[in-house]
Amino acid sequence: MSATTYVKAINAALAVAMREDPRVFVMGEDVAEGGPYTATAGLAEEFGRERVRNTPISEGAICGVAIGAAQSGLRPVLEIMFIDFITLALDQLVNQAAKAHSMSGGQLEVPLVLRTQGGAGQRGGAQHSQSLEAWLTHVPGLKVVMPSGAADAAGLLASAIADPNPVVFVENKALYFKREELGERPPAVAIGAAATVRSGADVTIVALSRMVGEALAAAALLAGEGVDAEVIDPRTLVPLDLATIVASVERTGRLVVAHEAVTFGGFGAEIAAEVGRAAFDSLDAPIERVGAPFTPIPLSPPLEDAYLPGAAEIHAAALATLGRRPAG
Amino acid sequence: MALDARAALALLRTMWRIRMFEERVGVLKRADEVYGLIHLSIGAEGVASAVCTQLRADDAVYSGHRAHGHALAKGAPSGRVMAELMGRSDGLCSGLGGSMHLVDVEHGLMGATGVVGGNIPLALGSALAARLRGTDQVAVVFFGDGAVQAGHFNESVNLAALWRLPVILVCENNGMAEFTTRSEHSVIERVSDVVAPYSITRETVDGNDAAAVWEAFARHLAAARGGEGPYLLECLTHRLRGHYEGDPTQYRDALAAEEWRQRDPIGRLTRLAADEGWFGEAQAAAAEADARAEIEAAVQFARASPYPEPALPGALVYAP
Repeated sequence: MSATTYVKAINAALAVAMREDPRVFVMGEDVAEGGPYTATAGLAEEFGRERVRNTPISEGAICGVAIGAAQSGLRPVLEIMFIDFITLALDQLVNQAAKAHSMSGGQLEVPLVLRTQGGAGQRGGAQHSQSLEAWLTHVPGLKVVMPSGAADAAGLLASAIADPNPVVFVENKALYFKREELGERPPAVAIGAAATVRSGADVTIVALSRMVGEALAAAALLAGEGVDAEVIDPRTLVPLDLATIVASVERTGRLVVAHEAVTFGGFGAEIAAEVGRAAFDSLDAPIERVGAPFTPIPLSPPLEDAYLPGAAEIHAAALATLGRRPAG
Repeated sequence: MALDARAALALLRTMWRIRMFEERVGVLKRADEVYGLIHLSIGAEGVASAVCTQLRADDAVYSGHRAHGHALAKGAPSGRVMAELMGRSDGLCSGLGGSMHLVDVEHGLMGATGVVGGNIPLALGSALAARLRGTDQVAVVFFGDGAVQAGHFNESVNLAALWRLPVILVCENNGMAEFTTRSEHSVIERVSDVVAPYSITRETVDGNDAAAVWEAFARHLAAARGGEGPYLLECLTHRLRGHYEGDPTQYRDALAAEEWRQRDPIGRLTRLAADEGWFGEAQAAAAEADARAEIEAAVQFARASPYPEPALPGALVYAP
């Protein structure tokens, strides 16, 4: 075991994949320079600039190039620097990549990984901080993963690169430099398997990405108040491991869904609806949802801090499922 | 590189196959036997034929919404293309794609798209794959002049030039973007002028002169085969039908019959072949008759094919 970070784990997983499979290559804006968060640092030095390709600021075209290369037998890992810019690549992702296998009657495969990152809290303003993953989950043919820690980031990235389908790999910039102990070579993590990161009997908290850490902090607070919370990280949104979530709610009778994205129309609505259908008889209280308010993300620090959901909101939501309110 | 008797006959036969296919599809559309928006390429057969008959099966071709001719010329069996238009299980894409989304990986047709110009960058990706694998495959993408004003065209031209990819961009400039004329879309009349600042090799030819298209494409293909590129070949051609079958075609005047007789790429190549002594009337007539018979058989094949199983779409969302 050694200390690493989420972004170093991604960097190492990319290097391992490129060493082991000559079909794997990396492309994106500034990737040969390491990118703004060092996710691809050192790769150009090891693998050369043919396999670590800097691109112009042309998100639509570079996504299309990656799709064409993928369906011609390569394994591109495309970086879209901020998920906010995925808007420019959505035609390629939604109309080409997601549908190629189906529309060709199964002839084409698009083993593409699109790495990107979202998340607020760093004063990035409304166009560099969003959490837009719900859009992507609405498109049949795409897989969507959202790792919450370094081990899962490395393990899911390995699985995403090996997958014969387009996988959108959504990182969170606030997690990049969090330290974590990790083995030399973290095991692959299967796409579509949730993780129960804390076991508990009283309330289930399903949290995405950065909110997993916030949920664990909330669970620690709740434990001091006699409430035993279970925390589940779906890790993959599409395909969703609903069985793990439903089994938990059947035991606890209560559910809180937490993500950093805007609550309205967010992926939490899908989880809530599915659990409401599958575990209706087990629920002892209405499902609570935690997310961001329905506004663009403000720049001003006190306003952004107020905007951003975290442990306090999850804590309050969990208590609400028990008919209680936070003290003080 | 000049066209010879053998290549000219292959070209003529391919043009007739496309002409017969498209005319038959127009009839079938009015009878509601083929589905969806149907965009015919009658008048432009010379471009698809002159380009695709020179390619290998492992060269990648991408097309747009007006794709039937490109598919047939690249080698897709006419019965399976027809079955796809009819939404049948023996269609190229098992009936899941349709007219605008023809794919035949075995013959190198790697995609067609209903998003105008949407797969121009995919062709760059196939060319990049050939480069990174060290093979001599080339990639060709067909698009109309309507695609040139889209962002992905301009982004792709920049990238292809920057990376010097072995890709040939073939623009079928029929002067119409959907219902309106090119002059309403751009102040630049010639597509080859649009790409001028990128210093890529570019050429504008009479797209109704199949021999001219063949010879121009042959030059660019030889260079691309050697790893050079990109190239832009602009073919000035005609769209004898509307944007799609059944559209309100009052927006433009049809060519006068005599003018069309002069410009029809099939007639022109037939006359050229006679002048050059490549082949005579009997072989030209056989090309037409064989195409007619082939397309009739294609229709019968497609009609006999069942609709796909209801579970098929669910089974093909993801590759296993």
